[in-house]
Amino acid sequence: MTIETIQKPETAAPAKQALAIADCDIHPSPKSVEKEVFPFLSKHWQEYYNTYGTLLRQPYQNGPAYPKGQPDAARRDAYVPDGGKPGTDLAFMQKQHLDPYNVQLGVLNPLKSGQGLQNPDFAGALCSAVNDWQIAEWTSKDARLKGSVCLPYEDAALSVKEIEKRAGDPNFIQSFMLIRTADPMGNRRYWPIYEAAAEAGLPLAVHAFGFGGASITGSGWPSYYIEDMVGHSQSAQNVVASMVLEGVFERSPKLKLVIVEAGFAWAPSLAWRLDRIWAQNRLELPHVTRPPSEIMREHVWYTTQPFEEPDRRGHLKDTFEWIGWDRLLFATDYPHWDFDDPSRIPLPPADEATRNAFYLQNARDLYGV
Amino acid sequence: MAKHVVAPVADVPPGAHLRVEAGGVPVAIFNLDGEFFGLLDRCPHMGGNLSEGIVIGLVESQKPGCYAYSRAGEIVRCPWHGWEFDIRTGQSRFDPSRWKARSIEVDVEDAQELQAETIDVAQEGDYIVVHL
Amino acid sequence: MGRNTFREFTEVMPAPLPGAIDCDLHPAVPNLKALLPYLDDHWRDMVEQRGVHELDSISYPNNAPVTARPDWKPETGKAGVDLDRVRKEALDGFQTSLAICNCLYGVQLLYTEDMAYAFARAVNDWMAAEWLDKEPRLRASIVVSPQNPDYAAAEIDRMAEDHRFVQVLLLVMDEMPLGRRRYWPIYRAAERHGLPVGIHAGSSYRHSVTAMGWPTYYAEDSAAQSQAFQAGLTSLITEGVFAEFPDLKVVLLESGFSWLPAHLWRLGKFWRGLRMETPWVDKHPFEIAKDHVRLTIQPRDLPADPAVFERVMAHFDSDEMLLFSTDYPHWQFEGDDALPAGISPALAEKICRDNPLATYPRLKEAMA
Repeated sequence: MTIETIQKPETAAPAKQALAIADCDIHPSPKSVEKEVFPFLSKHWQEYYNTYGTLLRQPYQNGPAYPKGQPDAARRDAYVPDGGKPGTDLAFMQKQHLDPYNVQLGVLNPLKSGQGLQNPDFAGALCSAVNDWQIAEWTSKDARLKGSVCLPYEDAALSVKEIEKRAGDPNFIQSFMLIRTADPMGNRRYWPIYEAAAEAGLPLAVHAFGFGGASITGSGWPSYYIEDMVGHSQSAQNVVASMVLEGVFERSPKLKLVIVEAGFAWAPSLAWRLDRIWAQNRLELPHVTRPPSEIMREHVWYTTQPFEEPDRRGHLKDTFEWIGWDRLLFATDYPHWDFDDPSRIPLPPADEATRNAFYLQNARDLYGV
Repeated sequence: MAKHVVAPVADVPPGAHLRVEAGGVPVAIFNLDGEFFGLLDRCPHMGGNLSEGIVIGLVESQKPGCYAYSRAGEIVRCPWHGWEFDIRTGQSRFDPSRWKARSIEVDVEDAQELQAETIDVAQEGDYIVVHL
Repeated sequence: MGRNTFREFTEVMPAPLPGAIDCDLHPAVPNLKALLPYLDDHWRDMVEQRGVHELDSISYPNNAPVTARPDWKPETGKAGVDLDRVRKEALDGFQTSLAICNCLYGVQLLYTEDMAYAFARAVNDWMAAEWLDKEPRLRASIVVSPQNPDYAAAEIDRMAEDHRFVQVLLLVMDEMPLGRRRYWPIYRAAERHGLPVGIHAGSSYRHSVTAMGWPTYYAEDSAAQSQAFQAGLTSLITEGVFAEFPDLKVVLLESGFSWLPAHLWRLGKFWRGLRMETPWVDKHPFEIAKDHVRLTIQPRDLPADPAVFERVMAHFDSDEMLLFSTDYPHWQFEGDDALPAGISPALAEKICRDNPLATYPRLKEAMA
C-alpha cells in the first residue's frame, strides 16, 4: 500500500513572528558537492573525493551506525520542493525559516565539512573549500547569515593557517570544531588553535558529534540512536572539564567557547563538581588559578537546543539562573528534526529585556555583530 | 459548530492524507480504509504540521527485543520530534492521557445534500466535511 | 573572594542522624597476600609464581587526596585496612547502625575471566571472614567479575546465601554500557535474590573515560565519572533492564547525584519521539528512575549555598532516591559534616534510615 500525501501541504510561511531572533545553529549543506564545493578544491582532491569519499573514524561510508530518528536527521517538512535535501537551498530556507521566524542573525554550522577526516591533508583542503563555499552560496547572498571557520582540528598547524586566512573576514563570526576530537579538547596538541582563535577574536564553537574514534561513553558503544543523541550532553561535559582543567582559558584569556547542540541543563552540576575536584587537586592543577565555575561563567556559552523539557517548566528557572541568562544563546538546529521552535520552548519567565537578550542580544554581544 | 466543505472525497483515497484549511484552522485529514479522521494540523509539542509527518504502524513490546507490530497506517508521526499520534483518537502513544493531538470531527456528505443546504460545491459526488 | 581550599567547598553541614545507615564504606584489601588464604591451590600458585601485582585501580591512586582523608590515612599503607580504625572513625565516628562495605580492589579490571572470577570469590570470602564475621554492624556487596556475566551470576548465587551480603557490586564503566543484554545474567541473579545492584564510580578501563580519549589529569578522570553515570543510567533504562527485571533496584554509588534531573529531562524529551526505537520503555525515563534508581549522597556536587540543595531536591521531585553514605575513607567532606547544608529533619531521616531500609530489604533482618 502506498501512502502519500495527495496535495503537498501549503509551504507558504506563517506570518512573520514579531520576536526577532538569532539562530545560533543552522546547518547548510551543498546541493551538489561537485557543483558547489569542487570549484574550491584542487583537481587532486576532487579526484580523491570521487575515489575514496570522506573516510572518517566511523564504520559506514554514508553515515553513523546509528540510523537516525528521521531520514537525514531532518524535519520531514524541510525537504526542498524541487527535490533537494534539507538545508541545501537558500531560497527555501529563507521562505520556510529565516523570514517567518524573523531571524536577524543566523550562524551557519556546516557538518559535512571535512572535519575529522582520517586524512589530515584532505581534511585541511576540504575544510577550506567548505569555508569558501559558505561565502559563495550563503553569506554573500543573505546578510543575516554568518559562517563558521571549519577547522581541520586534528592538525593544529593547518587549523592555525585557516584561522589566520579568515581572520577579519566579516563573512565569519566564529571558528568551529566538533566535540568528539581524537584527544580531549584541553589536550596541548590543540592549544595553538585556541591561541589563534582568541587572537583573531573568533569565538570557538564546538558542536555535538565528531569523529575522534572513541566510543561515546566511557563504557563503550551504546546500542540505540537515542543513546547517541543523549550522549552529546556527556561529551560536552567532557569537553568543558578538559578545557577548564587543562588551563586553556588561563593560557588564552581572550578565548570564548560556545557549546553547540548539546543542551545546557547539565552545566550547573558540572560546575559544582569541577569546583570540588579542582579544590581537592590543586597540587595537580597549579595552572588553574580560579574555581572552574568562575572560569565557565566567564568563558563558556551554550546554545539551548535541544532544549531540555522538565515536566515542570518552572524548574528551568533555577537552571537559567545558575548558568546565567547571559550565557545562553537561542538556536533552532534547522533543518534537523529536534528543531526548537522559538515560541514553543519552555522558556522560564523573564522581563522583556532579558528575553530579548536570550533570543538575540546575547549572540550579538558575543559575536560582536 | 460550523460545517466546512474541504475537499472531494476522491482527493483523499484510502491510505492518503491531506492538509486543508477549514475556516482558517489547519486540519490534517486521514482516510483509514474509507473512514475519515481529522487532527488539528499542529503538533501539541511544538506545532509541527502533522500532515507532513509519516503515517506508520504501531510497534509495541512486552519484552526487550520483542517487537509487536500492528495497526499499520493508523499512526502519524510528527515530522519534527517524531511524537506518535493515533489517527483515530488523536492520543499520543507515549502518554495517551496527558498528551493528545486535537481530534476534529470529519464527515462525508453527498453533494446534493450540501446543495440543499446551499453550500457551494460541484453537482455530484461525496465531499469531506469538517465540523469546527 | 575565591574558594580556594577544599574546606571552603564543603560547606558547614549537620552530622548524620544517629543510627544512620552508611551505604558506601570502603574497607580495603591491604595487599594481594591478604587474599592468598582465600584462593585455591592453583590460583595461589599462579599469584606466587607469576608475581601478580596489586590490583590497585588508577581510579583511586593510593595517595591521591580523594582516596583517603588525611585523618583517616595511616602512617604507612592504605586507608581502610584496619578494622579498629574503621570502627572508631566510621561506625562509631558517625554513629551509624549499619554500613555496607563496597570493596574496590580491582578484580573487574583483569582481562582473564577465569582469574578475575577466582579473585572475586576470594574478595568475597575475605570480606566475610575479616570484616563481617568480626563486626556485626557491617554488611557487604558481592563483588563480581563482569568479564564473564555467567560467572558473575554464579558468584551471586553462591554469596547470596549469606544474608550479610545485601547488594551486587559493579563499576560504572566496563566493556559495554551496563544496560546491554550481555550483563543481564547479573541482573537476573540479583533480582532473583532480592538484591539491588550497586554501580560504583570507577572503570575497567577498556575504554577511555571520556568520549574523546584519555585525559591528562587525574582530576579529569574524577570529573568524568558523573558523565559515566549519566550514560550508564541511559543504557539501563533504554535497554529495558527495568522492564525485564521489574523488581530490580540499582544504586548509583559515589556519582555526585545533582546531575540526575537535568539528565532525565533530556532523555525523556527524546524518548517521547523516539519511543518506537525501544518500545519496551513504556514510561517516562524519570518515572522509571524514581521507581528503580537510588543514589548515595557522597560526593555532593553542590555549591556552598544551602538553598541550591533545596532546589535540586525539587527537581528530583522525590524524597526517596537519596541514600546516606560517608564514602569512608574517601575524602568528600570535613569533620562529620556529611549531610547537605539546609537539609530538613524529615529529609535527613529519610536519607539516613528510611530510604536505605527500603532499598536493601536484607537490612531489615538486622533491625528485627
